[in-house]
Amino acid sequence: MSVVAQSQAGSGYLQGLLAGQPNVAASKQAWLNKLRSSAVETVSELTIPTTRDEEWRFTDLSMLTKLSLQAAQSANKLSAQDIKRFQLKEAGARLVFVDGVYAPALSSVAAKGIVVSNLSSELAKNSTILQQHLAQQSKIDGNVFTALNTAHLRDAALIMLPRNTQSKAPIHLLFIATQKEVVSYPRTLVLADNGCEATVIEDYVSLQEEAYFTNAVTEFVLADNARIHHVRIQREGAKAFHIANCAATLSRNSNYQSVNIAMGARISRYNLNVKLAEGAECSADGLAMITARQLADTHTCIDHAQPHAISRQLHKCIVDGGAHAVFNGKIMVRRGAHHTDSQQSNHTLLLTDKAHVDTKPQLEIFNDDVKCTHGATIGQLNQDEVFYLQSRGVTHELARNLLTYAFGAEVIERIPVASLKHSLEQTVLEQTSAKL
Amino acid sequence: MIYQDSRTILEVRNLCASVDGTPILKNMDFTVKSGEIHAIMGLNGSGKSTFSKVLAGHPDYEITSGTVLFEGKNLLEMEAEERARAGLFLAFQYPIEIPGVGNSQFLRLMYNTVQTHRGKEELDPLEFDDFVRDKMKLLEMREDFLDRSVNAGFSGGEKKRNEILQMAMLEPSLAILDETDSGLDIDALRIVAQGVNQLANKDNAIIMVTHYQRLLNYIVPDFVHVMVDGRIIKSGGKELALELETRGYNWVSDEYKAASRVAA
Repeated sequence: MSVVAQSQAGSGYLQGLLAGQPNVAASKQAWLNKLRSSAVETVSELTIPTTRDEEWRFTDLSMLTKLSLQAAQSANKLSAQDIKRFQLKEAGARLVFVDGVYAPALSSVAAKGIVVSNLSSELAKNSTILQQHLAQQSKIDGNVFTALNTAHLRDAALIMLPRNTQSKAPIHLLFIATQKEVVSYPRTLVLADNGCEATVIEDYVSLQEEAYFTNAVTEFVLADNARIHHVRIQREGAKAFHIANCAATLSRNSNYQSVNIAMGARISRYNLNVKLAEGAECSADGLAMITARQLADTHTCIDHAQPHAISRQLHKCIVDGGAHAVFNGKIMVRRGAHHTDSQQSNHTLLLTDKAHVDTKPQLEIFNDDVKCTHGATIGQLNQDEVFYLQSRGVTHELARNLLTYAFGAEVIERIPVASLKHSLEQTVLEQTSAKL
Repeated sequence: MIYQDSRTILEVRNLCASVDGTPILKNMDFTVKSGEIHAIMGLNGSGKSTFSKVLAGHPDYEITSGTVLFEGKNLLEMEAEERARAGLFLAFQYPIEIPGVGNSQFLRLMYNTVQTHRGKEELDPLEFDDFVRDKMKLLEMREDFLDRSVNAGFSGGEKKRNEILQMAMLEPSLAILDETDSGLDIDALRIVAQGVNQLANKDNAIIMVTHYQRLLNYIVPDFVHVMVDGRIIKSGGKELALELETRGYNWVSDEYKAASRVAA
């Protein structure tokens, strides 16, 4: 009986979230309207997952369903000064979304030869290619959060990199939360044509500390030989809920390097799905650094669909206070994906007795002739390492803090944008009170 | 070198230490005076590495009895970091890697921490840079070495050179080199040994812990000690090391057992 009662509560909650959907103005593109309406239908067939769902065993969303949330209708007016501290000096183009709504005044789209813009301004010009790819990588089937995002699809960061272009300066996508009890639906589509190169930074920040909900969807389509660095920084407010789905589809010999840093939010969940064609290469590195009662859940699936693809993954968690980290790393090697080369490692540092991690490597190999390794460690700081630093005059406390910092820095170092790397290192230094 | 007016740097009496309840050091006696270079030799498991870690203050070892005076002070009451600041230095057999922490940052932190506790001036980054580059010449180290993370991706030889560089910066009164020669090729060994030799003077002392006589060709000891089963059973001059090289360790144990029987 209680099950029925709960599922009704679940669907009522979803209806509440969809209540704002009719406000999404109809597009001139019939296909886009159809995409949204079919997403609305999908949502009505689904419920919010509970801990009885295998994929959500450790992440209890009941707190989220108790929140009364509204979709942000208009962008809060922010000045350039308000977002100054989030700016990256290396960035060549920047798109800013405030509570999910595009803020043209804060954005700078002056990138030569490439498209970096809000979706709406490209819809007419690039209708065919957008129809072909939008919401096609990140399937809405069975995923209520992706479906919700697509149902509300209006503003979106669109990056189109033409054949053989090289965008030397990174492209910064800044998603700012400014209102409490608001749900926003950040959306990103990156279309990387043959042989292009770029670095895309997805950055989720907050200017307020009350509860809100970010439900993001990001899609990457890499054509042959395209090379993309994807940096994702989740530094939401302490009471935020952050659920994000990212899908990357890699064509032959393309290369996708991603670094995902999760530091914020009360509860966060990141699903990353990478599909590799022949000879493609990816890395999917991550660091979750959490404390107090935070929960950070990372689910990744790297799908070796074809032969000769390479994947590398280093995922680390630093868990302090009574926080809870979850990592589920699935590596799929499909029939016929010969000469697959895959390495995964997951290391967790538990800083207190109450810190908790649930970690699961999940290898599904339907093929011989592959090289797949994985390893996981969970532990406290190594006493020999603490002793080494003490024997150089450093106090026990600082030695611990430095080693905690270094543990996280191994992932942060992989971010190819110096100022961002440096500012994150500073954040970790402050968080670990490691003074250098 | 043995000097007439030397002072006692280290005095170990009846030291017993155990790890997880297993006794490792059994009534160790050992004295080091300023200016002296000692070599402690022994087989794996003889307790020689434990001895160096106990002196440096590793928390895994429990001292069950005995005393250790370091320049007249009770060493066993001091935390590991206090021992370092007081002038005791351990060059590690396996130096740890610290990714994300730049070597120059780390060296400066270490140097300034110790300097402050010795009542001396800290160096700012520019002054420190000059200072450390000067010391690096001693060990024939490449410039880029400062920009890399501490020991991360260093070769065995580079790690050991980094240890001796730290020794050169901290100017300890007692340096313990734990198997510093292990895994080094001849060129690296020569450079490391040359560094150590330049640092040795009449005011400090060096203890080398090693398996192999090879290191002692480059750093010539005043005393060679043989350690078996947690204590020193024979001491001699540098020629003892050569004898150990040709004859092995068994004869020393046999001699010791025979002497013990006579004494009993």
